[in-house]
Amino acid sequence: MTETITPSAPVAAIRIENLGKSYGDFEALRNVNLIVAEGERIVICGPSGSGKSTLIRSINRLEEHQTGRILVDGTELTNDLKGIEKIRSEVGMVFQHFNLFPHLTILENCTLAPIWVRKLPRAEAEEIAMRFLHKVRIPEQANKYPGQLSGGQQQRVAIARALCMKPRIMLFDEPTSALDPEMIKEVLDTMIELADEGMTMLCVTHEMGFAQAVADRVVFMDRGQIVEQNEPMAFFSSPQNERTKLFLSQILGH
Amino acid sequence: MTDTASNTLALPTRPFLRPLLQRLAPFVGTPLNAALTLLLLWLILRVGWLLLDWAVVNAALLPAKPETCAATTGACWSFVIAKSGQILFGIYPPAERWRAGLVCVLILTTLVASARPSSWRPWLGFAWVAMMALVLWLMGGGFGLSRVPTSSWGGLPVTLILTVFAIGLGFPMAILLALGRRSGLPVVRTLSVLVIETIRGLPLLSLLFVASILLPLLLPEALLPDKFVRALLALTIFAAAYLAEVIRGGLQAIPSGQSEAAKALGLGYWNTQRLIILPQAIRIVIPALTNTIIVMIKNTSLVLVVGLFDLISSGKAALSDPDWPAPSTETFLFIGLIYFALAFSFARFADFLERSGMEKRG
Repeated sequence: MTETITPSAPVAAIRIENLGKSYGDFEALRNVNLIVAEGERIVICGPSGSGKSTLIRSINRLEEHQTGRILVDGTELTNDLKGIEKIRSEVGMVFQHFNLFPHLTILENCTLAPIWVRKLPRAEAEEIAMRFLHKVRIPEQANKYPGQLSGGQQQRVAIARALCMKPRIMLFDEPTSALDPEMIKEVLDTMIELADEGMTMLCVTHEMGFAQAVADRVVFMDRGQIVEQNEPMAFFSSPQNERTKLFLSQILGH
Repeated sequence: MTDTASNTLALPTRPFLRPLLQRLAPFVGTPLNAALTLLLLWLILRVGWLLLDWAVVNAALLPAKPETCAATTGACWSFVIAKSGQILFGIYPPAERWRAGLVCVLILTTLVASARPSSWRPWLGFAWVAMMALVLWLMGGGFGLSRVPTSSWGGLPVTLILTVFAIGLGFPMAILLALGRRSGLPVVRTLSVLVIETIRGLPLLSLLFVASILLPLLLPEALLPDKFVRALLALTIFAAAYLAEVIRGGLQAIPSGQSEAAKALGLGYWNTQRLIILPQAIRIVIPALTNTIIVMIKNTSLVLVVGLFDLISSGKAALSDPDWPAPSTETFLFIGLIYFALAFSFARFADFLERSGMEKRG
């Protein structure tokens, strides 16, 4: 089943073709195909070990794929280091465990990459950083260190840090899984705001409320494969595959 | 009191005595404790008095002449005073000792100026290079100063130069070796492991002998560096190998999420190491680094086996003066005090660094 790519079609933000990756005998990804259009918001869900994190981490090559192709903004991910760094600077990533730099202040966390990768003057980088810290509603924490902030605040800083690079695509790898329940909402609200502005987003999450609110498409993965994908309404009301039904009953059942 | 709680005294009612007695209770609460306390007090006073008697009361100070020492049973500080120039500067030409003194002041001032994290700016690197150049000019001469060959260098400046240069040059090497040992490139990794394990497997003494005896046999005269430089090289790679393993320990401790986050922002390998990984890794291993560096400060004294005159050798040389009664205890106490001052202030500095790091993280 090959899709024909007409030259006049706009370049997809992300195009994943026949992606495969295995660790020894374990197949983490098997023949994954996914096309993400500019401005599209996709939620990826699935049981643990289904390959959803591996997939999202492959998109900025934190994981190296073994077969198939990934094109980000029309550029293929290869071993070319400069190309990878270029793509990474266009693709923002938010991690489950925030991964803020503990030895730098919140402001320094946000200005580091703009200064060293984008080569912006410090003053300009700081201005941009403050703008995004306002956006995630923690400008008053700018001079603190990550260790002094709550989990929810740290994750919002992580989002601001990614946004400071003015990325065209944002990847979220279970951004609320490590948070206490009362902090999940503040992070999701920030993400919803971002979605409303038209950011291209791929989000691995189990927050089905978030999926229903913002996703254009929900992708369900199991055992390294995309099992089913649909728009949220149809995905939740009438799942087709047995595994999807089982997963949804487990996650929504209580 | 009828209970057996023997370490509580019947306390008088007057309130101001209470705290004092409570504090004394652990020392004199039982007969055994009381006896031990008395015995130790007696020992401390006895030894303390002997020391005081020797070092201060009966000590010979001024005038700094052999006769002053002959007239007393106490410490012969007169010798240390009279010979301080020779102990501190060794066989450096006496007329030029001001240069060696200036070198010590220069090195120590640069060290102190570098201590504050707020002064860690690019200019500090230039200041260090300038200081090293100035030190070499002052010690070695040329450009208007009379030449002093390295074979005439001695004493404290030699110790300071060897320490500062060996660690100053060894530290960047250590960082490269530590990164190399974790590199994904097999050639780089194998080379780093080879260098680290070879150097660590050899005693420093044998490295110094290789540098001073074997190297001249292998290299043609024209390519052979000065004996001082060869010893310095041996000390530098020795320091680098040890520091590399300490730094690697710190690198291992940084969670992989840190480099992933840096990569995801588009930072390249060197920027990631320089800005994200190393600052955290080095802070973690400050106690172990301090240890290694203090050992290196003292290791420099081993250069005396290859005929360089560091602080200890110049002290020994001073003791050979037949006019004096050779008070070696006093001389080595004096030298020990200098080493202690160096090592202890470095340890305090490391402690301060560690604390300032902890405050930051809240």
